[in-house]
Amino acid sequence: MPIIKVENLSKVFGRNVKDALTLLDEGLTKEKILQETGCTVGVNRASFEVEAGEVFVIMGLSGSGKSTLVRLINRLIEPTEGSVYVDEENLAKMNKEDLRRVRREKLSMVFQRFALFPHRTILENAEFGLEIQGIDKTERSKKAKESLELVGLGSYLHQYPEQLSGGMQQRVGLARALANDPEVLLMDEAFSALDPLIRKDMQDELLELQESMQKTIIFITHDLDEALRIGDRIALMKDGSIVQIGTPEEILVNPVNDYVEKFVQDVDRSKVLTAEHIMKRPETINIEKHGPRVALERMREEGLSSIYVTDGKRNLKGYITADDASDARKQGIQDLNQILKTDVPTVQKNISMHEIFDIIHNSPVPIAVVEDDKLLGIIVRGAVIAALAGEGEVNLENA
Amino acid sequence: MLDSILNFIPKIPIAEAIETITEIIQNTFSFLFEPIKSGGNDFMEWLAEILADIPAVIVIIVVAVLAFFISGKRFGLAAFSLVGLWVIYNQGLWEELMSTFALVLISSVLSIIIGVPVGILMSKSKTAQNIITPILDFMQTMPAFVYLIPAVAFFSIGMVAGIFASLIFATPPTVRFTNLGIRQVSKELIEASEAFGSTGSQKLLKVELPMAKSTIMAGINQTVMLSLSMVVIASMIGAPGLGREVLSALQRAQVGPGFVAGIGIVILAIIIDRFTQHLNTQK
Repeated sequence: MPIIKVENLSKVFGRNVKDALTLLDEGLTKEKILQETGCTVGVNRASFEVEAGEVFVIMGLSGSGKSTLVRLINRLIEPTEGSVYVDEENLAKMNKEDLRRVRREKLSMVFQRFALFPHRTILENAEFGLEIQGIDKTERSKKAKESLELVGLGSYLHQYPEQLSGGMQQRVGLARALANDPEVLLMDEAFSALDPLIRKDMQDELLELQESMQKTIIFITHDLDEALRIGDRIALMKDGSIVQIGTPEEILVNPVNDYVEKFVQDVDRSKVLTAEHIMKRPETINIEKHGPRVALERMREEGLSSIYVTDGKRNLKGYITADDASDARKQGIQDLNQILKTDVPTVQKNISMHEIFDIIHNSPVPIAVVEDDKLLGIIVRGAVIAALAGEGEVNLENA
Repeated sequence: MLDSILNFIPKIPIAEAIETITEIIQNTFSFLFEPIKSGGNDFMEWLAEILADIPAVIVIIVVAVLAFFISGKRFGLAAFSLVGLWVIYNQGLWEELMSTFALVLISSVLSIIIGVPVGILMSKSKTAQNIITPILDFMQTMPAFVYLIPAVAFFSIGMVAGIFASLIFATPPTVRFTNLGIRQVSKELIEASEAFGSTGSQKLLKVELPMAKSTIMAGINQTVMLSLSMVVIASMIGAPGLGREVLSALQRAQVGPGFVAGIGIVILAIIIDRFTQHLNTQK
């Protein structure tokens, strides 16, 4: 059951909202509607569902409506049309009191420019959400401290925000959001104001926290690399509409239209694609059945200089080279075990291409992709290069 | 000849209308004005007396010590207060100083009590802002002397009339700066407080007012300074204090005493100004 369900959510800014909505139904573009009615379409009938524990990234360039969308989810901006269900309660229709309750108990937000209260200490900032709920001083300060410990700021309790660096300030922002123990974290470009190295640290830390806490996170970003790094699924927005929703791989590999394709073409694929995506079906011989002759035969057929050897259950045993097999045949050796090489370069299927580079450039043979000793596939250098160029045969069906 | 176009209707009796309105107000609310006047007068006299009863030397020392701490343990303001207040005492103007201070104190406190809530109202509602802004403009640009007339009509001459006139003249900066201060609080902070589920009053008390504090304090500083200047003008309708000394020197064309009383006002103004400013910059 999805924890957040957004249905046909729209926001139109301006006076002639009704006209604009009609035109929107007729399928006019954002610019056309602005010309005709003077209304700006912020979000155009967005629909998606977010499962509990998922990191859902909404990404788009500036002006694509992603910040508006996240504010529609906690109703900092009033929706023009549509519904937002949080745990099956429709936020868009609820009264102020219920809205406050949902905001206090279920949704917390982290802001791009941190939005810390400069007149409050770090501890008081982290306490804010609890203080608003009327939780007594000792308990809220205990919870806030725990949450600050979690982000590594346990020793800065009585500093003021301006005394901290940007990265640390955003940790406070995160701690403030976590102190409420919300079900959903809304993160609006939370790391965009940080410099690249810090940003990467924060992404790692968020993923670590996520592993232990299993919150649902809706993360807004304009940075595709960031989206691909942390998102379980990504919604790509353009001109207020969601263009595509999918896993990072799906978006990279199967872009639905030219826009998405152009968007993702400069991505460093090596960070996203894994061994699984670029491996191909291995040619193997069975050590229990075959001898050097069959091995040589098969290598000649396929144009290979080496071949992987498995047992009857496809457990990887090693590989043999064409030269060794040819020598063995001349000497009349029948048992492949005698010429079997076992220094096989192996990787797990979920390892990123980035890490494959190092292994493959030193390896005389293709890399074996294994799972519990079973050979799943092999990776040849050509496939790596092709995948980087964005045109290789990438097998999503394996994923 | 051409001017006859302008004479298409005879003179509108604006002045008469205002007079009538004032009279109506005066008659209808006299049950209100009377007690305010007598109560206010009693209270003011009582306050001025208490202030005057404290031995001058204690007041001077207390002010100097406060000045020392309030200005971050520096001697400048403390020394100035010490010398300045002693000069006033030396010139035999101590009682007048205390009366003036009592007037400024009361009218400033009332201005703040009225001004801050009105400023908050303005910041929360565009309609309120649109209505109140021109009224504030009016209050500030109308020559201050004009307020003396209805003040006397309502409260007859004396301290209360002086405070009334001073309220009208001195409240606008507090209202404006409160409004400005709250409107200037960054949008993200407002969003943050709302996103965590603040009620309207939590947002106001925990975020907006603390964030707007220094702006509001700047407005209060202005208000206090304006009350001081108005208190002097109010001496024309019988408000006691240093202003009255200036006025009587003016009427008798005595340069010396006029100047001395003027210096007394300047010293008081500087001390009050620095005090309120330092209160503002403190964390």
